[in-house]
Amino acid sequence: MATMAHPAPAPARVPQPTYAEVNRDIIKTLDPPGRGWFLGMAIILSGLAFGGYCWGRQLKYGLGVTGYTPPIFWGTYITTFVFWVGIAHSGTLISAILYLFRSSWRAAVYRTAEAMTVFAVMTAGLFPVLHLGRAWFAYWVAPYPNIRGLWSNFRSPLVWDIFAISTYFTVSATFLLMGLIPDVATLRDHATGWRKRVYALVSFGWRGSNNEWRHFMRMYLFLAALSTPLVLSVHSVVSWDFAMGIVPGWHATIFAPYFVAGAIFSGCGMVITILVPLRKAFHLERYLEIRHYENLAKLCLLTSSIVGYAYFTEYFIAWYSGNAFERASFYNRVFGQYWWATWTMITCNVFIPLVLWVKKVRTNLTALFIISIFINIGMWFERFVIIVTSLSHEFEPWQWAYYRPNWTELGILSGSFCWFSMWFMLFIKFFPSMAIAEIKEALPPPGRTSAGGHH
Amino acid sequence: MATPPVMETRPGVVGVFATLDGALLALRELKAKGYDNLTVYSPVPNHELEDVLGHGTSPVRLFTLIGGLTGCFLGFLYAIWTSLDWELIVGGKPIVSLPPYVVIGFECTILIGALSTVAGMFLNARLPKLRRSLGYDPRFSNDKIGIVAMGGPAQVTAAEQIMRAAGAEEVRSV
Repeated sequence: MATMAHPAPAPARVPQPTYAEVNRDIIKTLDPPGRGWFLGMAIILSGLAFGGYCWGRQLKYGLGVTGYTPPIFWGTYITTFVFWVGIAHSGTLISAILYLFRSSWRAAVYRTAEAMTVFAVMTAGLFPVLHLGRAWFAYWVAPYPNIRGLWSNFRSPLVWDIFAISTYFTVSATFLLMGLIPDVATLRDHATGWRKRVYALVSFGWRGSNNEWRHFMRMYLFLAALSTPLVLSVHSVVSWDFAMGIVPGWHATIFAPYFVAGAIFSGCGMVITILVPLRKAFHLERYLEIRHYENLAKLCLLTSSIVGYAYFTEYFIAWYSGNAFERASFYNRVFGQYWWATWTMITCNVFIPLVLWVKKVRTNLTALFIISIFINIGMWFERFVIIVTSLSHEFEPWQWAYYRPNWTELGILSGSFCWFSMWFMLFIKFFPSMAIAEIKEALPPPGRTSAGGHH
Repeated sequence: MATPPVMETRPGVVGVFATLDGALLALRELKAKGYDNLTVYSPVPNHELEDVLGHGTSPVRLFTLIGGLTGCFLGFLYAIWTSLDWELIVGGKPIVSLPPYVVIGFECTILIGALSTVAGMFLNARLPKLRRSLGYDPRFSNDKIGIVAMGGPAQVTAAEQIMRAAGAEEVRSV
């Protein structure tokens, strides 16, 4: 997108900000929060408290307080786990893959996307523990030689998942923190009091000397290069949690690419959901231009069509395979007891994003925001459909069942959104939600009128 | 004790530049005059400044390579060792089944590779910096470019003249 030739600059654009204006405008986002922020935080914290209450109750009385219906023991928790891992993905796509492709538009959106990644993985990481009956034995899942008679099975995709998710969290958090160093140094130079001391610590005494930049840029390049295969591997591994099982509806080789595309789709949706209010709240119109949103919308459109194609392939192969169980499982998915979930998924993920073909829609922030909410809903339902409908209709008719989440699971689900939002709300008030140094890099250097080439 | 004349003791001089071209001009001149002990502070990385300074490729990439290979080796080793620690034959599969261990090896390649890349940056860039850097100015993280030239008294005076001639906004000794 960014590599396309633009013969003439767009005419009616606001004059580009100078370096000093970038500093001023972005540091301004860290001003003491207003009433809106505190009100939002109050709502978030009460939602989180309710989620905590639900979990406490589950710990006390056991998993019986959830809606689990044998044999469906992977329900809302695993659905939401996969949902949040998926949300995380577009952050790395935008920060690492687009960096390698030298897409300069990423500079404005990548910090938010990267923070979203880290917080989404932090949210996802709760769910394997929430899903345990005896959460205090969570450390039993760590695969190391032990004297407890537990078998560490490295042939199990669940063990791969531990490695994939913990690597993903470590590397994406490192990527975020490293990218923050020069910006935090800028904050340090502006701040006073305790903030200055904290920022001095977090910036590791960064000065922006030529020697520092030289090594920093190399490090950044290699972190991007390492994160790119990582992000593709993580959701592949998550998909193998299902695809390695023989449950009809799960056992498909298409799962890895299908999940990765879905993850990026949902993540781009979430980035739009976050960036539309952020732009309004912080008056960042000069930095978050409509073209940034349009590019995100194009990414959504692309990944939505990949996801739609994957749905089609799934159904086609279920029919074409001639396997009675596969056919029954997929027929049940669309026309059976879970028809409402499946049609919600298809409507939100395939049909609604089709309106993004219209440029007017892609450049209308209100429309984009609404569509992005539908994408979030649709992608949650995608995981629900894959996990629950498949488990509800396995090989033996006496095993067929109907699972519905009850208020405990829904409380924890909404609590997870609150947990995620809480970290995000704190982040935007303590750290720059826009990458100061990289936005400057895309502008003309002081004393010049054009930005010069990106090498 | 009377303060000795500034010219005698100061080890260097810092020039504050408001434009990239001014900084480049001064830097080229200084390089041409044989100044080696130069530090450039800039709010963003800049290839033109880097080209004038003419440093080679950063050795951080070696850290990435060695870290990645170590991670790959350790990942396989860990899975094999844990499997051999309690041999349990399941489904007639070998105790050490390498294909699924590729996932573990891969993830550890990325993990250790990324962490050692960061370590490489910290070591090479000499971070964290705990003490004040000579000549650093908070404006250098905003919109100014700073050049610090160190050397003997005569060199420093010459450097000061070069910087002023190139249009430095401010030149002071450090």
